Amino acid sequence: MMNRINSGLTALLGWVDARFPLSSNWKAHLAEYYAPKNFNVWYYFGSLALFVLVLQIVTGIFLTMHYKPDAALAFASVEYIMRDVPWGWLIRYMHSTGASMFFLMVYLHMYRGLIYGSYRKPRELIWIFGMLIFLCLMAESFFGYLLPWGQMSYWGAQVIVNLFEVLPIIGPDLALWLRGDYVVSDATLNRFFAFHVIAIPLVLLGLVAAHLLALHEVGSGNPDGIEIKKHKDPVTHIPLDGIPFHPYYTVKDTFGVAVFLVVFSIIVFFAPGMGGYFLEYNNFVPADSLNTPSHIAPLWYFTPYYSLLRANTFNFFWIDAKVWGVVCMGAGTMVFFLLPWLDRSPAKSIRYKGPIFKIALTVWLIAFFTLGYLGTMGVTEGRTLVSQICTVIYFAFFILMPWYTTIDRCKPEPERVTWK
Amino acid sequence: MKKFLFLLFLVPALAPASEDGIALDAAPVRTDALSLQDGARTFVNYCLNCHGAASMRYNRLQDLGLSETEIKDNLMFASAKIGETMKVPLTMKDGREWFGVAPPDLSVIARARGADWLYTYLRSFYRDQVRPTGWNNTAFPNVGMPHVLYELQGQRGLKVEKIAEHGRQTEKASFVQLTQGTLTAAGYDEAVANLVGFLVYVGEPNAAERKRLGIYVLFVLLLLTVLTWLLKREFWKDVH
Repeated sequence: MMNRINSGLTALLGWVDARFPLSSNWKAHLAEYYAPKNFNVWYYFGSLALFVLVLQIVTGIFLTMHYKPDAALAFASVEYIMRDVPWGWLIRYMHSTGASMFFLMVYLHMYRGLIYGSYRKPRELIWIFGMLIFLCLMAESFFGYLLPWGQMSYWGAQVIVNLFEVLPIIGPDLALWLRGDYVVSDATLNRFFAFHVIAIPLVLLGLVAAHLLALHEVGSGNPDGIEIKKHKDPVTHIPLDGIPFHPYYTVKDTFGVAVFLVVFSIIVFFAPGMGGYFLEYNNFVPADSLNTPSHIAPLWYFTPYYSLLRANTFNFFWIDAKVWGVVCMGAGTMVFFLLPWLDRSPAKSIRYKGPIFKIALTVWLIAFFTLGYLGTMGVTEGRTLVSQICTVIYFAFFILMPWYTTIDRCKPEPERVTWK
Repeated sequence: MKKFLFLLFLVPALAPASEDGIALDAAPVRTDALSLQDGARTFVNYCLNCHGAASMRYNRLQDLGLSETEIKDNLMFASAKIGETMKVPLTMKDGREWFGVAPPDLSVIARARGADWLYTYLRSFYRDQVRPTGWNNTAFPNVGMPHVLYELQGQRGLKVEKIAEHGRQTEKASFVQLTQGTLTAAGYDEAVANLVGFLVYVGEPNAAERKRLGIYVLFVLLLLTVLTWLLKREFWKDVH
């Protein structure tokens, strides 16, 4: 009996394989994709980001079944989901917590790239696709944040869309085109809904596919920053330090997902608002175009860039400080694109990089977190000064990188991965 | 013209709550059914004339240990059907004309303001003849709302004293009781605590269920974590 089932399944697989590259793709991307065996804890966040993406899409689909993208109905429809839709509260909290966790996973994933040189040759395109995913994610979050139609949704969108107005020549028209009106209104809500549920997710999925295809073309990096493909078995041509992604990393990442779900559930079930950081208090007040909140703060994951924007108070070269602010904020997010070409260190991984890089990274991290903290606070003279200093540090880390990575005293990289 | 002047007078009421950050009193936590029922009674008797809770259904109040008949007999004055939400007949236009600002819906007010703010605010009203309503509030200066609960608390005035401390002039404000209310000071605090407890409940009726369920979910997930860890360890035995 078992034999007959087995031979039947083999025949079915053969039938499919003759028409669709199922087995070959399974092998290329899972069973015979050889990943370095020395991944440490930092290597969980890529698969976790993918997991959160799926979570956001699934919960998002259910939310669209009850949400009303209409300025008169949106706020109440969210509360309807929270109260009257069976399990609506759970789906909504999973989606709102998922948004913050998505950024957390992506930030940790990016930081992994930063410390182990994952962006270095030959992985520049993986990094660029990843950065495009990050930008899409920011857009996705921005469009989605308008949908609950609370005060922070409304005024946050107003502030960000107004930023486009400072762009020369096309600015005002671009802002008008984005809004679909002269102020954020029902028209804006409708188009943001369209962007949030279909336009950006489509691009996001395409980019994630490109990110993974590029990764599987060149192979994964590792905490030692060396290429496992340099040492292959002479007979099988399998990297000596590589193990098949499936089952080794599928089981390992499943464990990662379980740990993630524990943390995720603690937030969803016991602190879904995270003290105003995941769900802002003022967003429980319906949007009111006549009442500007005295303190407009973005969600936590945008605060470092918001600080870069606000740190600019001088009209350098007769160009308005506002323009510099927007340029600074834009450059602050885009500058990561250049990392593969800024880092000239002979070593890829922080394990073998010299003291200068380690100090520079530490100082940059402190500046990044300080900017993030200041972005949640109101403006005072002292805070502006601190954020200006941090802005200089933030950019100096990147601009000076070609210089300090060349003069840094690196340790020699090992031939084979170090493990246990 | 007279109406226009009156509206102009109310302009400060449109401004958001003062940001000068008065110290908030910590609201006592109220989650037991009896306190919430008391809060619900205060809510429908005093708040629900002007403020609605348009996301909250009457029959949902069964969460507080009440039957549908009890809800109908004791808590429903404005609506006819038990499945309806707590709406008020007051229109936005009327509200704006009478108070300068439409009374906000209170469905999620506790999530927006926080329990401590509500508890402080409802205990900070005082008589102020300058205001068109005759009332003012230290937690929300020049608020449009009059002191609806004054029958319970009695009328209070505000006494501002100038004190010279270490050579610096500071102002100290304190309330003075002008007339007695039907409740004692402690009794009023208790009534407000229950009302705020009710508003916190209304802000998220599922909160208790969410936390109860969370315990089970975490238990299952911790089990899953252990199992996946053992599975991982088993597979990785042959990686050297």
